Amino acid sequence: MSKMDRRKFLGSAALGLGGLGLGGLGGLGLGLAPSPTRGQSPDFSGRIVELIIPFKEGGGSDTWGRFNAPFLSRYLPGQPTVVVRNVPGGNSIAGANRFAARARPDGLSVLGTSASTQFPYLMDDPRVRYEYRDWRVLMAYGTGGVAYVSAELGIADATELGQIADRELLYGSQGPTSLDLVPVLGFKLMGLNVRPIFGMSGRGAGRLAFERGELNIDYQTSTAYLRNVVPLIEQGDAVPLFSWGALDAGGNLVRDPTFPDLPHYGEAYELLHGEPPSGPGWESWFAFFTAGFPAQKLLVAPTDTPDEIVAAYEDAVHAMRRDPDYIARMPAALGAYEQVTGPAAQRIYELATDVPQSARTWVRTWLKDEFRVNLEA
Amino acid sequence: MSEALLTALANLATLEHLFHLALGVMLGLAIGAFPGLGGIAGLAIMMPFLYGMDTVSALATLVGLVAVIPTSDTFTSVLMGIPGSSASQATVLDGFPLSQQGRAARALAAAFTASLMGGIVGAAILTLFVQVARPLILTFGSAELFMLALLGLSMVGVLSGASLVKGLAACGLGLIAGSIGGAPATGEFRMTFGIDYLYDGLPLVIVGIGLFAFPEITELLRRNRPIASSRMPAADWFEGIRDVFRNWFLCLRCAGLGTLIGAIPGLGGTVVDWIAYGHVVQTARDKSRFGKGDIRGVLAPESANNAKEGGGLVPTLLFGIPGSGAMAVFLGGMVLLGIEAGPAMVSSDLDLTYTIIWSLALANVLGAGSCMLLARPIARLTTIPFNLLAPFMIVVVSFAAYQATRQFMDLAALLAIGVLGVLLRRFGWSRPAFLIGFVLAPQAEGYLNLAVQFYGWGMLARPGVVVILGITVVSVWLGARGQRGRGRGVGSAPTESMAAATADGSRRSPPARHVGPQLAFVGGAIAVLLYAVWSSLRLSPLGRIFPLSVAVATLVLCVALVVVLRVRPAVSSANVDLEYDADAAKGAEQSGSEAVAGSGTWRSAGWFGVLVAAVGVLGFLPGALVFFLTFLRRKAQQPWGLTLALTACVIVALAAAANLLLVELPGGLVAEYVDQPWLTGQVR
Repeated sequence: MSKMDRRKFLGSAALGLGGLGLGGLGGLGLGLAPSPTRGQSPDFSGRIVELIIPFKEGGGSDTWGRFNAPFLSRYLPGQPTVVVRNVPGGNSIAGANRFAARARPDGLSVLGTSASTQFPYLMDDPRVRYEYRDWRVLMAYGTGGVAYVSAELGIADATELGQIADRELLYGSQGPTSLDLVPVLGFKLMGLNVRPIFGMSGRGAGRLAFERGELNIDYQTSTAYLRNVVPLIEQGDAVPLFSWGALDAGGNLVRDPTFPDLPHYGEAYELLHGEPPSGPGWESWFAFFTAGFPAQKLLVAPTDTPDEIVAAYEDAVHAMRRDPDYIARMPAALGAYEQVTGPAAQRIYELATDVPQSARTWVRTWLKDEFRVNLEA
Repeated sequence: MSEALLTALANLATLEHLFHLALGVMLGLAIGAFPGLGGIAGLAIMMPFLYGMDTVSALATLVGLVAVIPTSDTFTSVLMGIPGSSASQATVLDGFPLSQQGRAARALAAAFTASLMGGIVGAAILTLFVQVARPLILTFGSAELFMLALLGLSMVGVLSGASLVKGLAACGLGLIAGSIGGAPATGEFRMTFGIDYLYDGLPLVIVGIGLFAFPEITELLRRNRPIASSRMPAADWFEGIRDVFRNWFLCLRCAGLGTLIGAIPGLGGTVVDWIAYGHVVQTARDKSRFGKGDIRGVLAPESANNAKEGGGLVPTLLFGIPGSGAMAVFLGGMVLLGIEAGPAMVSSDLDLTYTIIWSLALANVLGAGSCMLLARPIARLTTIPFNLLAPFMIVVVSFAAYQATRQFMDLAALLAIGVLGVLLRRFGWSRPAFLIGFVLAPQAEGYLNLAVQFYGWGMLARPGVVVILGITVVSVWLGARGQRGRGRGVGSAPTESMAAATADGSRRSPPARHVGPQLAFVGGAIAVLLYAVWSSLRLSPLGRIFPLSVAVATLVLCVALVVVLRVRPAVSSANVDLEYDADAAKGAEQSGSEAVAGSGTWRSAGWFGVLVAAVGVLGFLPGALVFFLTFLRRKAQQPWGLTLALTACVIVALAAAANLLLVELPGGLVAEYVDQPWLTGQVR
């Protein structure tokens, strides 16, 4: 604690002792603490920046936040202390709701959302009280994923998918409305006979059930795939089929640069059906895929945050990407995907959160027909 | 393997490694002693420093931090009956009665020696086990995991106290409480009453504190004596160490149990202490003292819960699947350090794995050792008049509860579950049985759902299932043996001092005309169960089957209870009302005085309400301020000088904790209108 902090701290402790009424009045006066204002270049020196992660400590989003916090701290003007504050609950809905209700456009509190925050928003979950149009993006980070099957099915790659089109395949899902919606809908559109088994406690649990032989089709996000599935493939227990793909500058589905040798979902579909995917189902899948993977993690601030502050964040992201420490640690911590900012982040943000109503409705109807999930309840 | 072991040893023996390990241990102990915080807050403090360190040092600090969390939380479990984390819930059952008998130093010394031993035995087992762990863990499919959940539930048999029907009913209520929130199979929300807070289910920390700490604090408040009712024997500390050596085989078994259960991903470490506790009760020849201060009831969970952390490393390192919250944090730290969990940890990175395992053991030695030294002075806390200790405990408990999800609703939930805990205690419904049901509900339901989908009836033919089923049957049989004539059973047992309050130490059942309160409680349970039945009828078959069948079965038990209480109250072991006993005792002392049953308890519980209400309106810091002033002046009737001094201490301590640990405190209603950082403890 610096000297300054200690003085403030003792001061408010004394204030607290001074009795409640007085304290309340004093509080009103103190409430007008200075904060960076419009039109000037922001200076965060001596301030605390809260990076709110709406998940528990220890998960993927938390790790992402904690990876970035020290670098943001280093490169934001004035080198503020950036702290990760976990606000878990409702699979990120609680934390996002609270941010929506309380955050001020001063750049001192920012929110790291995830696919689990985006999906209920896109599905108009009644618990959602946040609106992505009220926020603007500071940084976006995507990932990919690879679908694989058990070697026991006897196929060598995606070109032989037709051989197992009739077999019932078991897939472990965390729930119909979770991020696992993308693989389940994807398999379905492809015409594979995949039965989702709901109730997996995480992607890791699904992989474990696959390793136990309880499931025979699965997918993992890129880093988990590289760490834990590639050894299975090398042992001859698993066979990779396709990656979900990535987006190019024009927003088209292309091969995932981490897995250039694997076909992407669209290619695999074409291998099976002889034509690229199309129709409302495909469009809905593509929208939710974008929200779930290329835009998996979004760092946002309230939309009326001054441009100067947003620019300060963008500069910080540019600077940290050149930091040798960042370059050394990034691949192991986050994988091979770059964190983007500026127009690139903006385009991903729009693709992921400004999804046409038709696609949202289509998915809701599909969930209702297929799994009797009623989101109005 | 031996080569990897040697490399690990060389890593371990460097001064730098030891220094960082000790650093992590000290941090972990300091934080672990604060109930509810756990190692997660420790990581938050440590993160900024992690970057400056090299990988090995950072890892050492991380391991030190994680290792000792189940060590220092023993302090509050034993001394105050506040389970600091899920790992030490079972310790409360016998540890706290020991404190009440003035044997806190013995209980603590025994607990820490057992922890130390558990940690080392765990590491030794792991050294060999880690090589074969991968295929072994893969044999535990959903069916086996469901059977393990059943094995855990079967412990209810020995934890249900005098009346098995009541124990089972308590477990059923726990299962229903545990199924609040999203259904594992379908994600449908059950019994949430449209309250956002309940969508994730009730947090375990709050249920633990509400069931165990809340009723005890209430009871102590009413009696207003120090926790320790008699003087502390001088050489008790050594007695505690001797206890471990006298029961070395028990500690060894429990350490093994802890390591293996901790290593199985999916069951989680949350039940390890209960299974160990159930194990010791089942295998003990003389069961009469359990729940009233049997030292073995402290040794078993404590030797298991430190070993469990070691076991928890296995799925974390080998599969990248953390078994507990602390392990999730550890895994996150590893990712940030660039260490990749996966199959390589037992091949090319085996030396690293061994370094971690033995660092963990070493950290246990350091941690338990320091706690041992502190045990004797800290045990003196139990001799402080309760009126002075109580406001601290109430604030600490609320702070701990608030760490669960960091919403005001945490405190409201604590109050609600606390009231339930008071009632369960009063009417002799086993609180451990309720808790076990609560903890295992999601696992039992989730794995049954998966197992049925994967295997159908074929699951019964799996060798693992048959083996675990066999163990369950044997354990139930062991528990049933000697159940007769055991008198008042574990958990529901009145504490020693409570039993002493009755005239002759033996308890009496209230006569037929005094069973009204009990009947009302059972009636309340029936109403809740009927609601559970009614609300589950709207769900899809997969979401409905579990709560529906549990609720119906529990309803049958409750109706049976009503019949017993109405028809044969005089002879039934189910007929328990501690309030009636206390009043009867009071009546014996001061004959003729009219006692109003239960009013003292509710007045004491009301002080929790005062704090929660003050926090709800004013925010945590000002609320605690008002609460402290009111309590010390009105209830404890202390002079202004002491009142102000104590209040200042606690406010400064809370503000410091909130700042150092980066924890936000609830702001209350005022914070909605006054945007003021110090309301939420953010006073930079």
